[in-house]
Amino acid sequence: MSVIPDASDPFARDRGGPAQPLLSVSGLTKHFPVRKAGGKKQVVRAVDGVDFDVLKGETLGIVGESGCGKSTTAKLLMGLIERDSGGLLYDGQAVGERAMPWRSYRRQVQMVFQDSYASLNPRMTVEQSIAFGPKVNGVPGREAVERARGLLARVGLEPKRFAGRYPHEISGGQRQRVNIARSLALEPRLVLLDEAVSALDKSVEAQVLNLLLDLKAEFGLTYIFISHDLNVVRFISDRVMVMYLGRVSEIGPSDTVLDAPAHPYTEALLASMPSLDPDNRTQVALLAGDPPNPIDPPTGCRFHPRCALAEDICSQTEPPLDGIQPLHRVACLARQPGSGHSAAPIPAIAA
Amino acid sequence: MPPSEPAVALNDLRVAFGKVQVVDGVDLTVERGQAMALIGESGSGKSVTLRAILRLFPEGRSRIEGRILAAGKDVQALTKRQLADFRGGDVSMIFQEPLLAFDPVYTVGRQITEAILRHEKMSKDEARKRALALFERVRIPSPERRLDNYPHEMSGGMRQRAMIALALACRPQVLLADEPTTALDATVQIQVLLLLRELQRDLGLSIIIVTHDLGAAVEVADRIAVMYAGKIVETGTAHQVVLNPHHPYTIGLLRSRAEGALAKGSRLETIPGSPPDLANRPPGCPFAPRCFLAEERCRREMPPVAEIAPGHHVACWRTEEAAEAYRAGPTPVRAAEPVPA
Repeated sequence: MSVIPDASDPFARDRGGPAQPLLSVSGLTKHFPVRKAGGKKQVVRAVDGVDFDVLKGETLGIVGESGCGKSTTAKLLMGLIERDSGGLLYDGQAVGERAMPWRSYRRQVQMVFQDSYASLNPRMTVEQSIAFGPKVNGVPGREAVERARGLLARVGLEPKRFAGRYPHEISGGQRQRVNIARSLALEPRLVLLDEAVSALDKSVEAQVLNLLLDLKAEFGLTYIFISHDLNVVRFISDRVMVMYLGRVSEIGPSDTVLDAPAHPYTEALLASMPSLDPDNRTQVALLAGDPPNPIDPPTGCRFHPRCALAEDICSQTEPPLDGIQPLHRVACLARQPGSGHSAAPIPAIAA
Repeated sequence: MPPSEPAVALNDLRVAFGKVQVVDGVDLTVERGQAMALIGESGSGKSVTLRAILRLFPEGRSRIEGRILAAGKDVQALTKRQLADFRGGDVSMIFQEPLLAFDPVYTVGRQITEAILRHEKMSKDEARKRALALFERVRIPSPERRLDNYPHEMSGGMRQRAMIALALACRPQVLLADEPTTALDATVQIQVLLLLRELQRDLGLSIIIVTHDLGAAVEVADRIAVMYAGKIVETGTAHQVVLNPHHPYTIGLLRSRAEGALAKGSRLETIPGSPPDLANRPPGCPFAPRCFLAEERCRREMPPVAEIAPGHHVACWRTEEAAEAYRAGPTPVRAAEPVPA
C-alpha cells in the first residue's frame, strides 16, 4: 500500500479548483538575532512581511540581490527554518495545522538547491538517494528503486550507467539532474528551485532549463524559481516577484515587470544586466554602492537612499504593495495615486 | 619596454598537472592598453592560462611549456627574487573572492601599504597617502575611514574595489582579473566592470579578464578569446566574436543564452553533451563530439588557426558553414541523442 496515489492526473489531489492559489503566503516574517560588540541585541530583518500567492501550474520567479531574503523565503516555505509569524495556506489548508501537517505538506512541496554536491549524501548511490524519500514515506523498497530508475531515465541519465554511481563520480550538471529527479520522487505539486541552475556552465544551464520545462508540462508541476539572473527568470517565469531588503517591491506578469518595470529598483536591476552588444555598452550604472544592511534597513521605503525618484515622503512612509494594473502590484509611492509623491498619478475621481 | 611590444604575449603555452594537459598550446597577444577577455566553461583552462602568467603554480606539481612574455619580461626566466618584484610591480591580479584573497587579521590599509613598501622606497606616511589616493581612485566612499577596516567589515563590492586598489598599488602595466564580478550582485557587478573600463582608459592599463559570462566580457573587453578544452578556438574583437561568430562553440554559447529565446516556453538552443575529460582527450578537434557540423576530418585532425578577417582567428575546419548556420538562424540540432551533462 502506497501513501502516494498512483493517479497520474496532477489535479487528482486538487482540492480548491484551478482558481484557488496553490500556495498563499501572508505576512511572512523572519528575523535572525545577532549580537553586536557591546552585547547590544539586534536583528537581521531577513524577511519582513511578505505576501504573495503561487497560482496552480505557474512558474513564479523570485529575483533580488544577496540579502534581499529570497533564499530565506524559500527555506521558510519549506519549513527548513521556523517562521516568526505569518501564514502559509497550501491549497486552502493552513500548513502546520491538523489538516495539513508539515509531513504531508513536504510530500507535496519539494526543493532543489544551488549546490548540487552538498545536497546529496556522498555515501549513497544516486539511486539510493532518489529512492530514499519514497521509502521513508512507506513505498516498498523494490518499488521505490524502480521509481528511482524511471526518474533517472526521465531526467536524461541512463539508469544502467548512472544508478550505481556516487555523487562525486558524476559532473555538476548530471548531479543537478539527480537532485531534480529526487525532488520529483514523491510526486510533488510544487517544486522550489533555489538558484538551481546558477552554479552550472551556460551550455549545461540551457540543458537543465529545457528539462525543467519538459518536466513541468509532463507532471503538471508548479515552480517557484529563485535566481539572481534576470535573463533566466524572464525565460522560465510566468510571473516575477522582485524583492528588496526583505520585502516585495514589485510583483506581476513577467513580460510586464521585466519589459515595463514600475518600481525604480526593478528598473535599476534591469539596467545592470551587462549588454551583449559591443556597440552599445552600458555607460552609467544606475545604482551606486551595495545593497544596505538588513540589520538596520532605512525608514520609510527601504529603497529610498538609492532611488532617483526619492522625495521627503519616501523616507517617512512605507509604501504598501498596491495594484497599478490588474495582477501588477508595486510598492512605490511615485506610482500610487494620492500618496503625496509629486510624480504620483492623479487619483481618479469617483463619479 | 619598447612601445611596439605587446603587453602580454603567450606563445604555444602548455600547462600540465600530472598527466592532465589543462592548457594545450595557447597563443595569445594582448597589446598595450588593450582589454582582452578570456571566456569559456569551467575546465576550459582559462584561469590556468591567466595564473601561468604570474607563475602561480608550484613548480613540482605543474609543467609549463612555451613562452610567456609579460610587461617586456620573459616570465619563465625570472629568478625567485625577480619574480617577487614582477608580481604586483609589473603584472598584478585580482581574484573572484576578495574575502579569501585578503588576510583577515590585518586592516586593508595595512595590507596595501605593506605591498607598496615591499616594492618601493618610501616612508610609511607616504605609502599610506598613496593607499588613500588609490581608495579615492577606485571610489570607495569615506576612504580615510575605510583604510582602517578589516576585510570582513566591508561589503562585497567594496572589498572588490579595495582589491583593485591593492592590485594597482605598485603601478603595474598589466592587470589580470580572474572572474572579478562573479561573486557580486548584479547592480554591483556593473559598477566594477565600469570601473575596470575607466582604469584601462585613464591609466593605460592592459587588462586580461577571465569570465564565463559573455555579457561581462562584452562590457569590458576590446577583444575576446574563446577557450575550449585548453585551446583557444576563436579570437577577435568583441564585435567580431559576438556579432559574427565563426566557430560552432562560440555560436553554441551565444545561442544557449536565455535572452536569446524570445518566446516564453520555447526551448533553449543547447550544446549537447559536456566538455571532454582532459585526461582522455579525443584526437582531432576537442569540440567535435558536441559539434553540429562535425565531419570525419574533425575527429581525426585538429584544425589549424585560420585568419578569416584582420584580427579574427578561428580554429575550425568549417568556419564558413558555421557562420552561414549562425546567420541562417537556429542551429540544426544533430539527430543523435547525446549523453546529457
